[in-house]
Amino acid sequence: MKANPGDVFTGSYYIDGDVAIAYGAIAAGCKFLAGYPITPSTEAAEAFTKRTPEVGAIFVQMEDELGSIAAVLGASWAGKKVMTITSGPGFSLIMENIGLGAAIETPFVVINVQRGGPSTGIPTGAGQADMMQSRWGSHGDYEVITLAPDSPQEAFEFTIKAFNLAERYRVPVMLMADECVGHMTEKVVVPPASEIEVENRKYYGGAKDAYFPFKRGAGLVPPMAKAGEGYGLYITGLTHDEEGHPILDRDLKEATLRASIDKIRLNADKIIELKEDRVDDAEVVVVSYGITSRVALKAIEMARKEGIKVGALRLVTVWPFPEKRIAELSKKIKGFVVPEINYGQIAFEVDRCSHGNTNVILVPHGGASVHNPEDIFGAIKQAVEAKKRYPQLVSYKTALEKQISG
Amino acid sequence: MSNVRKPYDLSEIKIPRGEIHLIKDRCKGCGFCVEYCPNNVLEVSDEFSEKGYHPPVVANPERCLNCGLCEIVCPEFAIWSTLKEEVEASIEG
Amino acid sequence: MAMAEKGKVEEKHPMEQLLRMDRMPHIWCPGCGIGISVTAFVSALKKLEFDLNKMCVVSGIGCTGRVAGYIKLDSFHTTHGRAIPFATGIKMANPDLKVVVFSGDGDLVSIGGNHFIHAARRNIDITVILVNNFIYAMTGGQVAPTTPETAYTTTSPFGNFETPANIPQLAEAAGAVYVARWTALHVRRLEKSIVEAINKPGFSLVEIVAPCSMYYSRINRLGAGIDMMRFYHENSIIKHDEPTENLAVGYQKQIIVGKFIDRERPGFIESNRRWSAEAKG
Repeated sequence: MKANPGDVFTGSYYIDGDVAIAYGAIAAGCKFLAGYPITPSTEAAEAFTKRTPEVGAIFVQMEDELGSIAAVLGASWAGKKVMTITSGPGFSLIMENIGLGAAIETPFVVINVQRGGPSTGIPTGAGQADMMQSRWGSHGDYEVITLAPDSPQEAFEFTIKAFNLAERYRVPVMLMADECVGHMTEKVVVPPASEIEVENRKYYGGAKDAYFPFKRGAGLVPPMAKAGEGYGLYITGLTHDEEGHPILDRDLKEATLRASIDKIRLNADKIIELKEDRVDDAEVVVVSYGITSRVALKAIEMARKEGIKVGALRLVTVWPFPEKRIAELSKKIKGFVVPEINYGQIAFEVDRCSHGNTNVILVPHGGASVHNPEDIFGAIKQAVEAKKRYPQLVSYKTALEKQISG
Repeated sequence: MSNVRKPYDLSEIKIPRGEIHLIKDRCKGCGFCVEYCPNNVLEVSDEFSEKGYHPPVVANPERCLNCGLCEIVCPEFAIWSTLKEEVEASIEG
Repeated sequence: MAMAEKGKVEEKHPMEQLLRMDRMPHIWCPGCGIGISVTAFVSALKKLEFDLNKMCVVSGIGCTGRVAGYIKLDSFHTTHGRAIPFATGIKMANPDLKVVVFSGDGDLVSIGGNHFIHAARRNIDITVILVNNFIYAMTGGQVAPTTPETAYTTTSPFGNFETPANIPQLAEAAGAVYVARWTALHVRRLEKSIVEAINKPGFSLVEIVAPCSMYYSRINRLGAGIDMMRFYHENSIIKHDEPTENLAVGYQKQIIVGKFIDRERPGFIESNRRWSAEAKG
């Protein structure tokens, strides 16, 4: 269905990515934000709060991120579209209840405006080193969906997408922005509500005493029920059966826990979204996401000028990972180049999915700024000129690395 | 008892008599109901329940006033009373 | 369902409509005080003039954390320490709901201590029922922030040397509008306090000092649950309005119970609404 016109601030703005996230969340119908101030994400919470009276939303600044994410889960079960906004150490703190959110199949959105890490790191600088944490940060087996915007415009659009996916699949969705996207001020066009597709939660409509909160049909997504409507819900973070009751039975666990994971894995083809550019004839494919994909564009342009057939594959959804597409491409090309603002996270995924068919070159970066396009260009050249199959993923030696190691 | 003044409203006072209900298999033998029954209706039995606990036994059923304390003090939801009858009060009662 | 006395079939406990009887027997040990806390709560629910479909119970982790699983209302068994913020989220998202947090001392004042303080400060309209058994029982009897000085636990094998938390004082200082404490023995008074706390707008706290008959009592050689109840009988004293600074609990010392705080302060929901309306103009 279409967005509620009262929630859409239609117009053309010159705003940063953080503010665009707030506008996107409101347009998607988010009515509850719990958060704790942390650089570089605070502007998003500020922008959201300013708009709460006019859209009838609530912002609460919780005592910490542990409390923020717990409040988000509670508010989701009370029937609201909800999110929290955080960065760096705050992202580590919310991990505890990401597991609960996945276990009790709660729709909510987490915004992480990634900064330099580890620990306090460089709070005002960009990072992309939380990508694995977004997937594996909480203990135990679970699935989430992760998106990565590369501009304020995408921050707006992907936030709406994140809410739609969370509501459709009853799952936590992470919007992994970064400090650059968050603080970059660009033109953002907010279209009229009639042009914004918004998905709302599917509620159970049958007999109340027959409701099982985790009973799933063909689509694998169980319909939800709101607290306070007489269902007598029992929702627990203990491994539970489809009724929600705790179980210790090993076989039953296989059937129910597995189903919550299959909900995402078996729907992965529908969830995964990629943006490809000139991949069909490419010898080398640059796999990137977030701000780095915009830096990579420059390198790709440089390479094309030199006649290198290079394509770009951008991960709109990072998780679930596009295993099939990477495997398919790996059979056709000379190498993947994976620039990311970390010392290797998604590059390992690309390597894993290449099954040894092709070379994978990581272009690492320690954070606080973005890549120098020359480095990505250098890695593209290395990939195209490589005479042999590397035995494993290699890390491109950047100009900065050369300068430091002499 | 002849020295006791007979209250004017004695005929209006009804004394409840309760009946104890016990689900023995739920009992874990903590003894709270036996200890805190204000009218000593219950005693610990010698009998073993299925789980190996000694459930209470209603030793003095006629003394139960249906006060409901056993119900609220039982951690196992195993014992409660219901109103059986209300009898006329008497000063000998 | 177990057969009751001979000749009678499937008798129903009067609280069954509010309990998940299919989950019984519950996990609590013989002589544990949590079951009594639950009967007092359910008994209080029956006295409320309120649609119980609009009530949620939120628990954290631990022995008392399992309460959510036995009460037949919308109930949430969340993560360790996070029952209060989860409940805060429910209440803010739908202020028409009554939200009760039912959890233990370790859950609410140790790992969840910060949330406890800030929920009281914020005066969010929830009721917290805190069962204080002086120990981490689910994990096998470790020292808690409520363990009285000198008491033995598995991780204070030479006696606890830390100063325990005075929970009513903490709640008062943080801003709670209603604070009462009873032992598991004071069931009727406890039930009355729970009714008052639920009806009180704002952050209300009812602390229940309850026997842990399996760990606290055993390691300290205090006998069975019934012996701890007898101790409460002989050593608790009702002092309403007692200054909360006097409410620390010493090892096998007198326990002061009663209603200590009953005051008015603006709550989060009404302040938020007022602020929102003013901002909207």
